[in-house]
Amino acid sequence: MRDFLLKLGNIDRRVIYGIIAIGVIIPLLRPIGLPENITPPVKHLYDYIDSLPKGSVIILSIDYDATVLPEVHPMVLAVLRHAMVRGIKPIGLGLNPAGTGLGLDAFSKVGKELGKKYGIDFVYLGFKPNVSATILGLGEDIRKVFPTDYFGTPIDSIPMLKNVRNYNDIALTISFSGSSLPENWIMYANARYGEKIACGVTAVMAADFYPYLQTGQLIGMIAGLKGAAEYETLVNRLFRRLGLKKPSVIAIRGMDANSLAHVLIMIFIILGNLAYFSSKRGRKE
Amino acid sequence: MSHDPWVWISAILSLFIFSFLYRDNPFYKFAEHLLVGVSAGYYLNIYWYNGIYPNIVSHIIKEHNLLYIVPLFLGLLYFAIFIPKFSYFIRWPIAFLLGTASGFAIPAAFQARIMEQAKGTILFSPSSYNSPLAFINAVLIFIGVLTVLSYFFFSKEHKGGLKISSKIGIIFLMIGFGASFGYTVMARVSLLIGRLQFLLGTWLGLIKY
Amino acid sequence: MLQRTIPLVIVFVMGILTTLQFYIPHPISQEFYRTTIDWMNGISSMAIILAIGSLIKHHWTKVSRGQNVVYSTTTLVSLAFMALIGFIGGIGQHSLFQKLFENVQIPLQATMFSLLAFFMASAAYRAFRAKTFEATLLLLAAFIVMIGMIPLGYYISPGISQFSQWILDVPNMAAKRGIMIGVGLGMISTSLKIILGIERNWLGG
Repeated sequence: MRDFLLKLGNIDRRVIYGIIAIGVIIPLLRPIGLPENITPPVKHLYDYIDSLPKGSVIILSIDYDATVLPEVHPMVLAVLRHAMVRGIKPIGLGLNPAGTGLGLDAFSKVGKELGKKYGIDFVYLGFKPNVSATILGLGEDIRKVFPTDYFGTPIDSIPMLKNVRNYNDIALTISFSGSSLPENWIMYANARYGEKIACGVTAVMAADFYPYLQTGQLIGMIAGLKGAAEYETLVNRLFRRLGLKKPSVIAIRGMDANSLAHVLIMIFIILGNLAYFSSKRGRKE
Repeated sequence: MSHDPWVWISAILSLFIFSFLYRDNPFYKFAEHLLVGVSAGYYLNIYWYNGIYPNIVSHIIKEHNLLYIVPLFLGLLYFAIFIPKFSYFIRWPIAFLLGTASGFAIPAAFQARIMEQAKGTILFSPSSYNSPLAFINAVLIFIGVLTVLSYFFFSKEHKGGLKISSKIGIIFLMIGFGASFGYTVMARVSLLIGRLQFLLGTWLGLIKY
Repeated sequence: MLQRTIPLVIVFVMGILTTLQFYIPHPISQEFYRTTIDWMNGISSMAIILAIGSLIKHHWTKVSRGQNVVYSTTTLVSLAFMALIGFIGGIGQHSLFQKLFENVQIPLQATMFSLLAFFMASAAYRAFRAKTFEATLLLLAAFIVMIGMIPLGYYISPGISQFSQWILDVPNMAAKRGIMIGVGLGMISTSLKIILGIERNWLGG
């Protein structure tokens, strides 16, 4: 047994790579469809958006890039579907240059899917480079920060933004990010202007945002692919209730693979420890 | 299987990157350099169309607002870095941005990261008293924050009470790091799932949505 | 004077004024605040010159010295091509620019980072050892969060998910808050040091 464990300790990294690849591919091809439990931070955000009056304006800040696309993009799509189907008007903007095209893709896709009109039901403003200046500027006058939308149309000629001046006219801002960027929204938009903030972050960052949830500086949070799958579940239920066609569920489809990969990683850690403690070095220590 | 040539380009480029798992190779290197070039070209356009033009140039050209010559001048000083004799001029725009950003950060950080967080630790919300467990949690949070802060307090040697406190702080920190690591596994695996969903679904058509 | 004094004066004046204006809601202070944040975006946008210029310079030098010619040329050509496509055809939803972004940049970037899943699995096998009490605690917390956050954990027992949520809500939250307050104090002191000219590393050599 000890010999076996020692051999395991010297296993080639490519074998581990192969096991992980197979562990992810099989459940993707043959999903089991394990049920999704909804965690409180996701439920709070969903309920908040659901409770907003029709015609309310919210900001979706696309602060991520393609490096975290599989985790965060499904969140944006799910929140956009929820908002648009409820008659809430989203403004898209971004503080990460590499995310600009992703936001454009998400807004155009969901807008088309639900038959919404650009400039009336949703608008996409694009990117601005200075994080603090942009967030603070939106608290003063949106026209100063974004004189035009992403396509170069002057803000004043966009009907949806006629009565939108600053955070007083924006019910909620959600920052989607793979970094600590949502903290800037909390520091500048919430602390200074009292804007309600929520975030959709990668799982890597999620644990760091819990202090803000407890103080209410964040009204909700979608964390990682699991959070995206939870939001998709809630949106699917809403679509079913409204008799609409169920949208694609990319995050939910990935969760079985996530479950199996987690189990594999845990097995790797246990085996790695067993191999280590069987070795001379491990026993010495 | 997809018949869209764009999907094929995406898939082949993805495979180039995956080839690195076997070992470093020319396909990977090509893809890596292509990414750097394409991203730089992309940024250049985005910064021009979303930043330089609407926030400076159009104000000067269309509105004839000459006040914007100041940020234009400061921005142009970035070019100084390419002229060795005058490269120090690059410090001017950096000084402007650094000064303003530091000035904005002081009250904001104090309010959001210190005052609100201290309030959340000391002033328990009414829900903390709803049940014995909620109250225990509130007390645990209070002890946790205080002991973690004591662990990072290096102005005094960790002896006596401070040593005990910082030891407790380490326990909280380890649980915190463990929680972050637990979440990290999900993050990394999710990225792989996303790419495989593209390759198996969009490209090969083996997954139906 | 031009090299050090003026930049230090700019940092000091802008830093003091932007800090003070937070506490002074006078119309002049407000106007100064609005103008400053308006200029900041413009000046920051132009920093792209620095990034792209340095990148071109780096690869141009390599090509002219005959090092990594093929790869550096790939970078330079793709940069020029992408830039031209955007400037000529625009950056709209149906532009070639957006197509290239979606089908070249996204897959490359996303796949590059998906490699981390493999490296993390390998690291999990080789590096995460329960050598000490603290390391064991870290691993235990990680295991509970891992199993509690996936549907499988909830399927086995909802209690696991609840316990995992408790770890995140209470001990994790306390630890992260401690760090956050420390970082907040650090941010304030660093900002003050920059404004007052005590911290001058940003001036370079």
